[in-house]
Amino acid sequence: MKQLLRIMLSVLLILLAWQALVIWGELPHFILPSPLKVVTTLWESRVLIASHAWVTTQEILLGLLIGTVLGALTAVWLSQSSVARYLVKPVLILTQALPVFALAPLFTLWLGYGMASKILVAVLIIYFPVASSFFDGLMQTPQGWMHMGRVMGATPKRLLWHIQIPAALPSFASGLRLAAVYAPIGAVIGEWVGASQGLGYLMLLANGRAKIDLMFAALFVLALLTLLLHYAVGRFCDVLVEKYRP
Amino acid sequence: MSTQAPSIHIQGSISIAENRLIETLDMDIKAGAWSCLLGASGVGKSTLLHLIAGLTEHIRFEGSLTTNDRLPLEGRIAYMAQTDLLLPWLSILDNVLIGQRLRGEPIQQNRAETLLEALGLQNHRHQYPSQLSGGQRQRAALARTLMEERDIILLDEPFSALDAGTRAQMQELSAQWLKGKTVLHVTHDPGEAARLGEQIFLLQAHRLQTLDVPALSIPRPVDDPQTLACQGRLLRILREVAG
Repeated sequence: MKQLLRIMLSVLLILLAWQALVIWGELPHFILPSPLKVVTTLWESRVLIASHAWVTTQEILLGLLIGTVLGALTAVWLSQSSVARYLVKPVLILTQALPVFALAPLFTLWLGYGMASKILVAVLIIYFPVASSFFDGLMQTPQGWMHMGRVMGATPKRLLWHIQIPAALPSFASGLRLAAVYAPIGAVIGEWVGASQGLGYLMLLANGRAKIDLMFAALFVLALLTLLLHYAVGRFCDVLVEKYRP
Repeated sequence: MSTQAPSIHIQGSISIAENRLIETLDMDIKAGAWSCLLGASGVGKSTLLHLIAGLTEHIRFEGSLTTNDRLPLEGRIAYMAQTDLLLPWLSILDNVLIGQRLRGEPIQQNRAETLLEALGLQNHRHQYPSQLSGGQRQRAALARTLMEERDIILLDEPFSALDAGTRAQMQELSAQWLKGKTVLHVTHDPGEAARLGEQIFLLQAHRLQTLDVPALSIPRPVDDPQTLACQGRLLRILREVAG
């Protein structure tokens, strides 16, 4: 509660400074609209913004879901197969050398202007942090537990399911936290490169038409979405870490 | 499932990564008795336990490891380590059942509950390990070990992290519950060996020595003169070995 108050206070300060800058700096509204103007636009264009925000939200959530599942599956696969580790891990790291931003136009070309290309960008950005942190966790199961499991006569599959995976969930959580921050970036990058819907698209469109107040309103909603996602995923990860921490 | 607890005979040499740990080992672990293994840190006590437990990926063993009933060791061993190894995400009851889950066997929840009750943990069965004291956790680990119904029990300093009172209590509880099983107990504590050892081994660099034990049956009283004398004698030997 106290922290919320602090955040609100600092946001209020920023808004006041912003409003002051617009008033006394005599900035034209197409360079920097006043916060009041942004709020008005946000309200007046709420239906438009909401429909674009909904598209972006779906892209983010689907990207997060698919990227996390694929990343987690890859981590499990790599942890179980030394051949996969030998062959696939270098490729995994190599993919990180390619900036996803540079690939986005290609995805748009292949998958079109719809949601799929944006989801793919988000998936690619999310995939690596999840796969790599979960994999690290899976490779670092406390030795005592592994010994106990083996003496008890566990099959490798059951050892994985009952001990290795649960023990690696805190590491998975730290990857997921990162992924939640990256997911909106991925979706918006995808939209910038080529889209007909979404907050990123709306921002570009508004910018092009010198409707900077609308751009700011869209940006505000995007920031809100990102914060909400960050908070929700953060809470989920806290629970995971609390329960599964050794 | 449970057969007669066997004796174990180990003969050979043990190395880890080209380092010869034990040269010519010749060790007879008595059937159905409690054997303590003393020795300085790093001399190879835990390695010896790992060898018997079949956790041998880092160990090079040249020799023979046999039982008097000629049955394989695999599937007849339960293991308790220095830490309780309870899984923090499972309740105490589920921790006791983990062996059956790991083997995909039918779950015998009633038996687990009976064991927990016998060890005074019935009120804690739905709690998580973090909610228990060190002594209660080690008792839960004992319940999990007993649940395995194995003939051979390997103990790797399981009581060393407990306070003196709780440790004495755990020693008695374990001696009572593991009666009739072939126990090999690695310990640093001469007092513990004097209380529990029906056979006491001292492992020194490259060689194994068998020491005398008091005549009393185990668990020996903490203040029994013979036990105390044995403890003193063991400590003196350990003191000499330390140089």
